[in-house]
Parts: sequence; C-alpha cells; structure tokens
Amino acid sequence: MIRFLLPLALTVLAALPARAEVEIQEVTTPGGITAWLVEEHSIPFTALEIWFAGGASLDQPGKRGAVNLMTATLEEGAGDMDALAFTRAKESLAASFDYDVGDDTLTVSARFLTENRDASVDLLRETLINPRFDDDAVQRVKGQVLSILRSDAKDPNDIAGRAFDEMAFGDHPYGSSLNGTLESVAALTREDLVQAHADTLARDRIYVGAVGDITPEELSTLLDRLLGDLPETGAPLPEDVEPELTGGVTVIPFDTPQSVALFGHAGLDQKNEDFFAAYLLNTILGGGGFESRLMTEVREKRGLTYGVYSFLVDKDYSDLWMGQVQSANNRIGDAIDVIRAEWTRIAEEGVTEEELEAAKKYLTGAYPLRFDGNGRIANIIAGMQIQDMPLDYPATRNDRVNAVTLEQINDVARRYLDADALRFVVVGQPEGLSSTN
Amino acid sequence: MRLTLPARLMSWATALTLLATFPATAADELVTDFTLDNGMDVVVIEDHRAPVVVHMVWYRAGSADETPGTSGVAHFLEHLLFKATDNLESGELSKVVAENGGTDNAFTSFDYTAYFQRVAADRLSLMMSMEADRMRNIRLTEADILTEREVIIEERNQRTENSPQALFREQAMAAQYLNHRYGVPIIGWRHEMEQLSLEDAMAYYDRFYAPNNAILIVAGDVTPDEVRTLAEEHYGPIPANPDLPERARPEEPLQTAERRLTFRDPRVAQPYVSRTYLAPERDSGAQEEAAALVMLSELLGGGQTSYLNEKLAIEQNKAVYTSAYYGATNLDDTTFGFVIVPSEGISLEEAEQALDDTVAQFIEDGIDSEQLDRIKMQMKASQIYARDNVQSIARRYGSGLTQGLTIEDIQAWPDILQNVTEEQILAAADSVLNIDRSVTGYLLPPRAEPASSEPTSNATEEVSQ
Repeated sequence: MIRFLLPLALTVLAALPARAEVEIQEVTTPGGITAWLVEEHSIPFTALEIWFAGGASLDQPGKRGAVNLMTATLEEGAGDMDALAFTRAKESLAASFDYDVGDDTLTVSARFLTENRDASVDLLRETLINPRFDDDAVQRVKGQVLSILRSDAKDPNDIAGRAFDEMAFGDHPYGSSLNGTLESVAALTREDLVQAHADTLARDRIYVGAVGDITPEELSTLLDRLLGDLPETGAPLPEDVEPELTGGVTVIPFDTPQSVALFGHAGLDQKNEDFFAAYLLNTILGGGGFESRLMTEVREKRGLTYGVYSFLVDKDYSDLWMGQVQSANNRIGDAIDVIRAEWTRIAEEGVTEEELEAAKKYLTGAYPLRFDGNGRIANIIAGMQIQDMPLDYPATRNDRVNAVTLEQINDVARRYLDADALRFVVVGQPEGLSSTN
Repeated sequence: MRLTLPARLMSWATALTLLATFPATAADELVTDFTLDNGMDVVVIEDHRAPVVVHMVWYRAGSADETPGTSGVAHFLEHLLFKATDNLESGELSKVVAENGGTDNAFTSFDYTAYFQRVAADRLSLMMSMEADRMRNIRLTEADILTEREVIIEERNQRTENSPQALFREQAMAAQYLNHRYGVPIIGWRHEMEQLSLEDAMAYYDRFYAPNNAILIVAGDVTPDEVRTLAEEHYGPIPANPDLPERARPEEPLQTAERRLTFRDPRVAQPYVSRTYLAPERDSGAQEEAAALVMLSELLGGGQTSYLNEKLAIEQNKAVYTSAYYGATNLDDTTFGFVIVPSEGISLEEAEQALDDTVAQFIEDGIDSEQLDRIKMQMKASQIYARDNVQSIARRYGSGLTQGLTIEDIQAWPDILQNVTEEQILAAADSVLNIDRSVTGYLLPPRAEPASSEPTSNATEEVSQ
C-alpha cells in the first residue's frame, strides 16, 4: 500500500508541502539478508530489485570488460538448461529477468506473477548460482559486445564520454568503458567470467527492494532460497578517486554535422551537507525542465540547441558536476560561450528568491509522483539502501529540500561552480574552437 | 529444431494452463469513455494507487496530414504550442506545470500529435484550463518562428544528421512509400524545414486543432464523473470546426518491382541489412490479419527463442543480431520488416541470403505450436503487468483512436491475438512476404576505405529499384 499525504489544496498555485509516505518495511531473513519491502496486493505480481555493490569496477587488472561480459552471459544457460531452454522456461512463466551492470552496481530486475512465484524464483536462482558460461554462449555474447564496441568507436556521444572519463579518472575503473576494449574483450576466457562472477555476486554487498503482491514472510523465505548459496564475500570494493580535470577545451575531430559537447568539474556527494542546496541550484541552472537558465538562454532565446542540461554525477567513489549540449559545428562555439557565461553569472550573482521557491515547488511536488508503479518503487528503495539512506527518508526528504535558504544556495554556488574549472570535450568539426591543454 | 522441456521444468510448463484463467479484459475494466457535445472524445483510465494523473490531448493529425512542401510543420507547430497564447506568456505553461511539481511534453508522429502533463491529481483542472487555451488561442510572432526553427533543425541534427542509421532508415522509408507521406520524415526534410513560415504553422493549426479532431485521455487517480465535469467546463465551450477535412490520403500504387538501396557513410562501423514489405495495418472491425502478422513477427524475430535468432545467431553463427518487426497500429498501409546484423566475416549478401533461406525454411517447417502458445501466454500476462503503468495504457488508447480504431477495436484486440490460428499466420506470411513488394537496404562504410581509418568524406547514397 502506498499512501501520500497531499494537502487538500484548493487554490491551484498553493505551495506543495507534499510528502511521499511509502510504507516501507525492513525484512531481515534468517540467512542474514536485509531487504526493503512495500506491500501492494492490488495487482498479482511482484517487482524485485537485487543490487550488488561494486559492479563493473571490480574487473581484475587487465580484464576490463569481464564483469560486463559475465553479466550479459548470466541468461545464456544455467544448471541443466542451455540458453534456449532457459529462455523458453522463463517465457512459459511470463516472468522477466533483466541483468545489467554499471560502474557501481550489478543489478538484477525481476518481475513475476504471484501464481508462478516459486517456479520463477527457482529459475532466477539458477542463473545467479549456477550460470554455465558455455563456450558457444560466451563466444556469441562476445561477438555482440565487440559489435557494440566497434559501433561506439564511431558514435560522437560515446567518443565524448570515453574521452571525458579518461581525462577525469585515468587508471581508475571509472576512467575506461566497462565494455572493455576490442583487445581486452577478445582475450577474455571462461575462467575470467567465473572469476568475475565470484568477485561481484556476493552476499556482503546485496541490496534488495521488493514491491508487490508478497508478504514479509514470503519475501524472507524467497530471498534465502534465491541468494543463500552465494558466497559470503567477493573482491574488495574500489577506492575513492578525485577527478583530475583541469579547465579548458579538448576537441576530438570527427566528421559529423553536429558537435557533441560534454563538460564538467568536481561535484559533491549525496551525503555532503551542501547536497540539497546543490541539487536545487542544479535544477535552476540546467536541471532538465524547459525553464532552467541554460535551456532559456541557449535554446529558447537563441535557438542554439535542441537540448542543454547540467547534472550532478554522484558515483559511489567520486563526484562530478557535469553538463551536455549538442549544436551544429558552426554554432557550438556560441553555445559554449553562453554556458560559460551562465555558469559564471550564477556563481557570482547567485539565484533569486523567486527561482529558489519555484525550484522547491518543482522538486517537492515531483518527488511523490515518482512513487507510482511497483517496478519504479522497487528501484527507488534499492537505490536508497545503497546510498545508506534511512527508512523514513521519503517522508522527510521534502523537508530537507524546503530547509535550504537563499544564503545557503548562493554560498554553494560560489564555492562549487567555477566556469574556469570546466573541461569541455567537443567531438565534431567545431568552427572557431581548438584544444587548450 | 524443437526442444522438449526436461522433466524438472514441467512445473514451469504447467503455468501455461493456469494462466489461461485470467480474464482477457483485465485492463479494460478500468476504462470509461464518452464524447462531449462538441465532438471531443474522452477516455478515462482509473488507477487509484497513487494520487497522480496523466492528462493528454491527442489530435488526429500528424506529419502525414501535412500539405506537400511543408514537411515538418506538424512537429514544428508542436514546439510552437509552448509559446504565448491570449492568456499565457511564452513558456508559462511549462513553468506552471513545474511549479506544481509536474512534468510536461509533447510528441508528433505520422498520424497524431499529442500533448501531456503528469501532475498530482488535484491539479487536473489547471492542466485542462491551459491545454484548452492553447487549442484555440496561440499567438505566434516572427521571432518565435526564427528561433524555434533553429531548434527543430538542431533536433534534426541530433536525431538524424548525426546518425548514419537514422539517415539510412529515412532513405529506406522514402523508397518504401512512393506516393503516401509515410515516405517523408516526421521531423521534415531539411530543405523544407528551413523554409517553414508562420503562415504554414497557422494553416496547419487552424485546420486540425479543434475539439472534434481531438481525444482527451486522463489516466490515474480520477473518476469518470470528475473528468466529465472538468472536461465540460474547460473543453466544452470550444466550438467544433465545421470544416474539418476528412483524412483522405494518397494511397500507394501496387508495388510491382523490388526496390534496393545502398547507403554508405564513413561513420558506419557495423554494417547491416534491412528489409521491409508493405503490409496491411489494423483496420476497424477487421484486425485478424494484423493479429496474424503480430504473431508472425514474434515467432520469427521476437527475442532469444525466435526462429531467426535460434537459426542465425545460435546455430549457424551468421548473425550477431536479428529482428522482425511489424507496426500493427497505423492509419494507412504499414510495413513488416527484418534486420540482420551479420557476424564478423559474413558479407551483407551472405547475410541477406541466410535471412531469406531461414524465412523460407520457417514457412516450410510450419508453426511451432508450443512457441505460439508461449507467445500468447506472455501476451495475456502482459495485460496484468500493464496495469502497473497506466500511462502506457493511455498511450495505447491514444495511438489506436488517432489511427482509425474505435474503443471496441482496442478492447477486442487481446482476444483477437489469442485466437490467431497457425493457418492465419502462414496465410499472412504468404501474402505479405513477397519480394516484389519489398525494399532491401544495405548500410555500409564507404567503398575501398579501410574500416579502421578516420572518416573523411561526406555521406553518399544510391537508390535503385
């Protein structure tokens, strides 16, 4: 059951002191696994999110891409089923299992009907505990990854992303693509996948969110059966890393009509006391709505782009404040000038009381709207645990947003936003732009 | 090859029969519809789990309804509807939505243009007042035209010009449709976009933006009575457009020659083959052939266990990826298509041959009944999962109602899919997969240029038939 305490606001422009009052229960299994659960019995299915901290950053030295290839091969045969037998069994249950990996987490997203719950969990368990990594399956998935790598090498967005990450993070896993390289992936063996499996899928790094037609007792039994036979621990988690970015422009020549630019400098962690002020500040600067300063100045007033955004990148082991824009080769220079000017203006002059109020209304009003749908809520509550947030966070989060003052936000703007520190990576044939160092 | 399930999997196989007990109308029970006096259709989809609504207005007008020479104007107008009206300043609508914690956007397709907001349920009246306002009252300036035209050209750059795959698809669609405007890209041809004027935008607006050409869809924590009261208050006073034109579009001539094209671009790293066939779409009261084509596309290319993937990717290792797709919901003739991305060392000619051979073998083998049952059972289950996301149900109704279907057609569709027979699937395959009515496209890097070199020349293309 999901309940929101919305005000009975009859005047439509009244402020929205909304809270998301999701009834989250903490479940600890006899086997020692902790999960968060929201019961929702009106539709006969359950959405289950199982997250493993560490993700692709646990690749062994020289084995870049192993965790990604391993994750993609989990559904290619398990126990006594080959890839086709497994998929047919999954289809017969109308269950869906998605395996994904990012820099910080390996995520398993499952969805199954109540009446098929036990059989679905047995099947999912096989892929997590007993994946086969058959040679033909590994070769097939490897071919898919290599195909993606070849395509990415000629995709301006991807070229920009890889160059930016490499400049920021160098040899840390964040500094390279989790897909690996053509060479590193081609060299991966079945033993490398077995190692990657042992390194990442371990009980000491599991975070579980469950939403749907299931009771705490049923979830508890289910989780011990599903995850109880995983090893206690895996590879050590990565170390924190400071981004090593300097201000300037890096142009990567690529023959395409529209230049793609990524930009950024150091950011801040979600646990930082300045975080909510920074979050509000980013909303005003370039947070995704049509009314942000960057959208207003770059798109609405000048027509220089279809979209321009800024965003806080809160990785588990590092933090960035980034943005992106795309403009025709003869206009990207103008777009970057406007972005730099706006970055400077907001740092020096701050925001207005009206902007702060509008951003608070947006963020506090939008927050409870996120909690609709079992899958979405399961995702949110798994993420909250990995961020070490308290069980009552959804009920108190809007108070934290509303507590930010104009002085605080403008102080944060002064201390964190620095146009001279921004590194722009531009992929294309930008006119009038050249690399600085 | 058919695999039989090992004994220990029998418990999963029995799920198949259990599921057959779910009511086919599980999602439809939440849906109510009615029509306002001015002809505006209204659909209400109830979901009371969270105090949220999605408010959408769909117009039965898209890029295929444009006047020739003004390609992109439907989408351009969609952008311009966020500018000033008699009652709102430019950008004010989005600002008000955001101040109320909501999100808003719009989208344009061949057959429809739609606007939506997602907000707390008690903000519905405000959303309707603003959406009703911009249905009749936009006030555009020349400055709006000049700036926003740059924005849509940058959007075309981002979506199309920067992507050889998108440029290739655009050329393939143009080759597929000789006479119908599905051959013209929704975003527009660049040279026509550059000339779009205030008059072009207003002509389209005056012609199509009227309550008798619109569908209001509200999904979420509302009741039909609430929606009726609010809709009558906000949309009810807007007069119908008595001169609303009928949607009569030029039809495709009978295709009698297979068409082939090769698109070369230095940015292509992974070549592939695409194949499309002109195919019938879902027609009101006659959706059976379309349902058979949906099943055909699922059997051939619907995922890991599909016939093409099993033969070409798993058994023969000739493809890294295959798919079959079919656009069932369309106002006019649609396409059935294949894509095959060959494995390393396999040429596009070999891949195309393997695709054709495998499809022929599929037809010769006949339908795998177990696979068909699995597909039907998953479709049935998807109706349960669909209830978790009413916005997707809302989109299904909006898309159907703007593309020639009725509420009854949309609600009958799940049962029609369940009742498709093996004979119908084979008959549909026989009728549609005719090489004389096809377009085959090759996407390739430039000739004689090593794949690893830096791109140096512009895209070139050849169309032949």
